[in-house]
Amino acid sequence: MKKAVKTLLRKKKADLLLWVMTWLFAALTFAVLLFLIWHILVNGIVHISPSLFELKYTSQNASLFPALITTMLVVALSLLIAVPLGVFSAIYLVEYARRGSRFVKLVRMMNETLSGIPSIIYGIFGSIFFVVWLGWGKSLLAGSCTLAIMILPLIMRTTEESLKSVSDSYREGSFGLGAGRLRTVFKIVLPAAGPGILAGVILSVGRIVGETAALIYTLGNSPIMTDGLFSSGRTLSLHMYSLAGESLYTGQAYATAVILLFVVIGINTLSGLLAKRITRGT
Amino acid sequence: MIAKERVMRAIFIISALTAILAVGLICVFLFAGGLPGAGKIGIFDFLLGTEWKPGDSPPSFGILPMIIGSLYVTAGAILFGVPIGIFAAVFMAKVCPKPLYKVLKPALDLLAGIPSVVYGFFGMVIIVPLVRELFGGNGSSILTASILLGIMILPTVIGITESSLRAVPGELYEGAVALGASRERAVFGVIVPAAKSGIMAAVVLGVGRAIGETMAVKMVAGNQAVLRTPGEFLKGVRTLTANVVLEMGYAEGLHREALIATGVVLFIFILIINLLFSALKRREG
Repeated sequence: MKKAVKTLLRKKKADLLLWVMTWLFAALTFAVLLFLIWHILVNGIVHISPSLFELKYTSQNASLFPALITTMLVVALSLLIAVPLGVFSAIYLVEYARRGSRFVKLVRMMNETLSGIPSIIYGIFGSIFFVVWLGWGKSLLAGSCTLAIMILPLIMRTTEESLKSVSDSYREGSFGLGAGRLRTVFKIVLPAAGPGILAGVILSVGRIVGETAALIYTLGNSPIMTDGLFSSGRTLSLHMYSLAGESLYTGQAYATAVILLFVVIGINTLSGLLAKRITRGT
Repeated sequence: MIAKERVMRAIFIISALTAILAVGLICVFLFAGGLPGAGKIGIFDFLLGTEWKPGDSPPSFGILPMIIGSLYVTAGAILFGVPIGIFAAVFMAKVCPKPLYKVLKPALDLLAGIPSVVYGFFGMVIIVPLVRELFGGNGSSILTASILLGIMILPTVIGITESSLRAVPGELYEGAVALGASRERAVFGVIVPAAKSGIMAAVVLGVGRAIGETMAVKMVAGNQAVLRTPGEFLKGVRTLTANVVLEMGYAEGLHREALIATGVVLFIFILIINLLFSALKRREG
């Protein structure tokens, strides 16, 4: 402590100012985060009650149970569409295509474009294409397809990176033992790249759970349980958005926020653990 | 065996095409859905009109207030988020002790992962009343949206700035210190300027995040479709994104087309920002 004070006193004024600002602004950033989490938890946990988890939504209980189920359905469906597409296209780019070919560059550019598009644009597109043009209406299927396009670039990029990080000696060994390309990809490369791909998938789950703008006009916002691919519903985030708009349901909105926060914290912890495993593996 | 190889190879190629197909479909349907409407309204009346009254007869569809509104809140977000973000990134890259870093890095990821509705709600219950108490007005304003967006772009700005600061070779720092510069001077006088294009890329990506953010902004900005001057930062404003999300639910006919065209304008902004970002990234690499 004494030493710290001494070095502080020795600093010139401009240096001191920069030093103070560095610490101050960093502290401010994390203070905001802590305050947000603390505020949501303190106000939310008291409102978590059994009535929030009743099977049927009524305007009395504002149950989030149907939203919870719909969220899981949307996550599952979006992943079902986006994961094979994303993983397969990454396999093509890394394992099959000539490195640096024009096609690879084009796909990569389109991927970057997709990842920069804000979610409201996906929402508008989904509403024009899936909801109206294909005639699916505001539905589970339309919402999930919209989100599948949204998370595709994320899955593709993380898969590409983890495939690239698999050492070429694995592939050479497999080819040397007489395995074909396909066998090498599925038996050798993909298992080695598994944790990285999984981390990408988990991040996508986070994006789906947090999404509202892309879903409100594709999935719709019906508070009751969805029944089937072509019926509307709402995810937890949409549920919270609707509750936040009405002062009557502030308590329930806080409670939903708590659950969303827990989901995000859980997802981040999981992907962090996986990332650690990857760095240890190589 | 060979047949199976061929079939799977075809499947892989087709999958790789989906990204191209998706961008193509988005462009086609967005432009086809929005441009005819903008044409009917008149491109100039649409882009430069200051009245947005879809319910009047005849209705007026001018989105200039929303374009300006989006620019205000984005500029405000940059004003709050970028200085704080750069200093915090310097902290993360150069100052932070390692044990602390192990806690703070996941905290930043968490900040990035919090859903925008939760931010919006936080803005509604904390920042709106705070602005109302401190500066008057009803609290839902350009200032409020700017503060909230400033917080929301922090993880983006900090993350990219940090990695570009780390990419600066250590010799530069050592050289500066060897020449007698203090630690702060070496960081802010040598390393930060050396990471300039990376930091610019961070700012550009932050702009993209801020201009595209929808729900959080809609929840705190007040959403009046009125052309504001910069001096009216305590009054409400409507962004391009909020315009779509507010009215898309019930709009029909020309009104719906005008909303899709609003999306097209936003899309063009985003494409420009993306081009800028990849140009900056190329310069850094």
